[in-house]
Amino acid sequence: MPLEGVYLFGCVGGALVLLLGSGVGALLLGRRASRAANALGVGGAVMASAAGLAAALAALGLRFEKTATLPWSFPYGSFALGLDPLSAFFLIPTFLLCGLAAIYAVGYFRPWNGRNPGRFWLFYNALVASMALVLLARNGVLFLVAWEAMALTSFFLVIHDDAAAGVREAGWTYLVASHVGMAFLLALFFLLGRAGGSQDFAAFAAPAGSAGGLFLLALVGFGTKAGLVPFHVWLPEAHPAAPSPVSAVMSGVMIKTGIYGILRTLALVGSVPAWCAWLVLGLGVASGVYGVLFALAQRDLKRLLAYSSVENVGIVAIGVGLGLLGVCYGLPAVAALGFAGGMLHVLNHAAFKGLLFLGAGAVVHATGTRDVERLGGLLKRLPWTGAAFLAGAIAICGLPPFNGFAGEFLIYLGSFRALLASGGAGLGGVAAVVALALIGGLAIACFARAFGIVFLGEPRTAEAERGHETCATMRGPMVALAAICLALGLGAGAAVRMMEPAVAMLVGSAGAPAGAVSISWLFPVSGAAFALLVGGGALAGLRRWLLAGRPVRETVTWDCGYAAPTARMQYTAAGFAQPLTHGAEVLLRPQVESRLPEGIFPLAAAFRSETEDAARKRLFDPLFRVTANWLGRLRWLQQGRVHRYVLYVVATLVALLGWALRR
Amino acid sequence: MNAASILHPVLAVALAPLLPGAINRTKAFFAGRRGPPLLQAYFDLWKLFRKGATYSRTTTWIFRAGPIVNFACLLAALALVPLGRVPAPLAFAGDFILLAYLLGLGRFFTVVAALDTGSSFEGMGASREVQFATFAEPALLVGLAALARQAQDLSLSATYAGLSAAVWSHALPLLALVAVGFFVLFLAENCRIPVDDPNTHLELTMIHEVMVLDHGGVDFGFVQWAASLKLWVLGALVVGLFPPGPLGCPLADLAAGVGGLLVLAIATGAVESSLARIRLLRVPQLLVGAGVLCALGLLLTFR
Repeated sequence: MPLEGVYLFGCVGGALVLLLGSGVGALLLGRRASRAANALGVGGAVMASAAGLAAALAALGLRFEKTATLPWSFPYGSFALGLDPLSAFFLIPTFLLCGLAAIYAVGYFRPWNGRNPGRFWLFYNALVASMALVLLARNGVLFLVAWEAMALTSFFLVIHDDAAAGVREAGWTYLVASHVGMAFLLALFFLLGRAGGSQDFAAFAAPAGSAGGLFLLALVGFGTKAGLVPFHVWLPEAHPAAPSPVSAVMSGVMIKTGIYGILRTLALVGSVPAWCAWLVLGLGVASGVYGVLFALAQRDLKRLLAYSSVENVGIVAIGVGLGLLGVCYGLPAVAALGFAGGMLHVLNHAAFKGLLFLGAGAVVHATGTRDVERLGGLLKRLPWTGAAFLAGAIAICGLPPFNGFAGEFLIYLGSFRALLASGGAGLGGVAAVVALALIGGLAIACFARAFGIVFLGEPRTAEAERGHETCATMRGPMVALAAICLALGLGAGAAVRMMEPAVAMLVGSAGAPAGAVSISWLFPVSGAAFALLVGGGALAGLRRWLLAGRPVRETVTWDCGYAAPTARMQYTAAGFAQPLTHGAEVLLRPQVESRLPEGIFPLAAAFRSETEDAARKRLFDPLFRVTANWLGRLRWLQQGRVHRYVLYVVATLVALLGWALRR
Repeated sequence: MNAASILHPVLAVALAPLLPGAINRTKAFFAGRRGPPLLQAYFDLWKLFRKGATYSRTTTWIFRAGPIVNFACLLAALALVPLGRVPAPLAFAGDFILLAYLLGLGRFFTVVAALDTGSSFEGMGASREVQFATFAEPALLVGLAALARQAQDLSLSATYAGLSAAVWSHALPLLALVAVGFFVLFLAENCRIPVDDPNTHLELTMIHEVMVLDHGGVDFGFVQWAASLKLWVLGALVVGLFPPGPLGCPLADLAAGVGGLLVLAIATGAVESSLARIRLLRVPQLLVGAGVLCALGLLLTFR
């Protein structure tokens, strides 16, 4: 193998071995020496992330592309690995965020309260390894094994706090959703492999005329992991239940393996019919609007962030849908802009959503509550966390000078390019523009609310009053992610330059001319970001100069002369969002319980509203109830007597034997 | 790009406070009053910038950063907006997306600065502001999309430069629909009647004014100046739709543009004098109406 191959697979293989080794080591050490186990776990994760990043950056920067097959086979599969631009691009956020979240976890879980930290590190490091393996696998069976390992390790991380009934319930939902999605992937890989005669990706072939059907299987299977509406139901349950560093990794990078899967399927099946492009665009628009509306209605900070992940996956899907639309209608610039924007948003979302979940974790750590209505005034108590959370909030709203704007700008530009075209593609562009503008406005409302109610004003409860800044191991990763968000906003062109080959692969895979990606699209974005920073700094200097030597006093907030204002009189999160959630009541259907003030001297009054997920309540709950009823008729099979089960086993074996003999 | 393009942002910063002055003079004329001097906004700025400051103990650095960030956003926006036939100093594919998001950043900081005071009045204003912006932003982008499709170009300057009497004659319905839509957006985004009343004295009914209740001195100076810049930026998008014939000289184009903005200010004063404020619950309907007009304009380009 040539030298660069040795380097790449040395780094990646080393990272995988390091992750698994340190995880198992931490578990074994954990009972007796929890400090050593912690050090081993985090050390392994950080070192493996550094090695993996080195490989991925080298592969992208130096345009290496390598495949390797280890001399180790298992039934129907081979240990085929590959590092191409698409895999390398997705590996970057994976290793970056996982490394930083591991450092954060050290401070977050301290003092462990007598639990074995090895259990966490085993599953965490195995999750990182399985995500990397999903991105590297070049064999269907290997891919599915890694996919399943990813689902199971993240399941065990979600139920980390398994003493709480809600957490166990969320874990179940997640486990079921993962496996329903998995069923579709099994069918997909079975069909692809049968036509090609082997489960190696290189041999995969889509039977003539079946590309659309195969893509549909991939869209349901991978869309479930990505959190596209209506397959997102597990996401708002599992992400708040998981410990915050795990939520950050799941929301920031794990759900992106679903996007990777969709893009990989595209590269495998070749061209898809135009209705697939419309379907992806439609799901993207639906997920974006649905996600941000539900995010606006949440009072649990982490649940809000989970719904916002649905929204952002929707934005990514709008980009991918535009890319497909461009390919189908022969508009290479639209295709390149759509794919590039979608992928850039994947990277950006990993940075700012990771940051926001870590920030939410710091808030939970400091106050013990996730309920935004019980918080307030935390910027004074957690200045670093607050500033980092603000950076994440600005970035996730897609506002300059942070990175969120760069990705959305490319997708917008792609939609406007499509809009200039005549006919069908033009209408697709209109849909994307309207959806992006609506999502943008609602996201500003959502995150002005999240940041404003949690971090500004006066503390609403004693818990918030007692809040304290977090330790350095938690602060460091948040500040680093905020810096990454700003750097990616200033240097978005460099990121686009890096993913050029990956985009060319996606655009070119369907027969359109490659090389349509241009970093010059993003020069104005970077320029505007610099100008804002410089201009803002200059104005701050001007303000300071104007105020120099003048009297600056402190007093109370203007209260209209009211004598005894209290913190509870502040505007609430529910009140802030009410005009918008009221307008979207058809979709949100909040359950409201209220006791209105009565009489001339009213005493007690109460108001409570809760917004359950519409897809869960109206689609999946009835569906699963019907399924459970049907399957309940088979319950007589389960008797709980061992000899009955032995009989089943024997009968199955005999049947299989007969089937094998007949062939 | 020419000398007038460079001159336009400088002129805008200097002349923008004239616009509220012109609106107030017009309103005074309709009400039969003498009214404040045309230059009243300049006197106010001069007074505010020489004052000290009083801050609420609840507030943090966010409250102090809000007016500055908003002002910086509007300065950046000025570099992207053409005025009539004068192209913007910066023009590139998708510059109006940046424009919309710069306004969004300014709004975000105004809103969080309001929430920073912990006052329920300011929270109420902030809530209304984000609600109305949610309806206004799609309308603005759809209108711009209609213009872009009409001109087959993705930069504001080229889109607006292509508008002429000939274009008006064959795309009259489109341009008329977008012009009405943009005028409504101009009124709404600048908190004028019929959406918001800048003269109201009751905190409960305000939108923009209530968000800046606690700002004073230098900070309030920046707030007021930024408000007049916003009148200028969004006004330029309306005025640019009605180009005079070719004047030949870039400076004459610039003068015509400034004249157009003053006419727009007088029209705004006339609207404010002849209309009452609509109920808050009806404002979304007004904004959706503006969006529908822009969308109709866009549909017309698909013939």
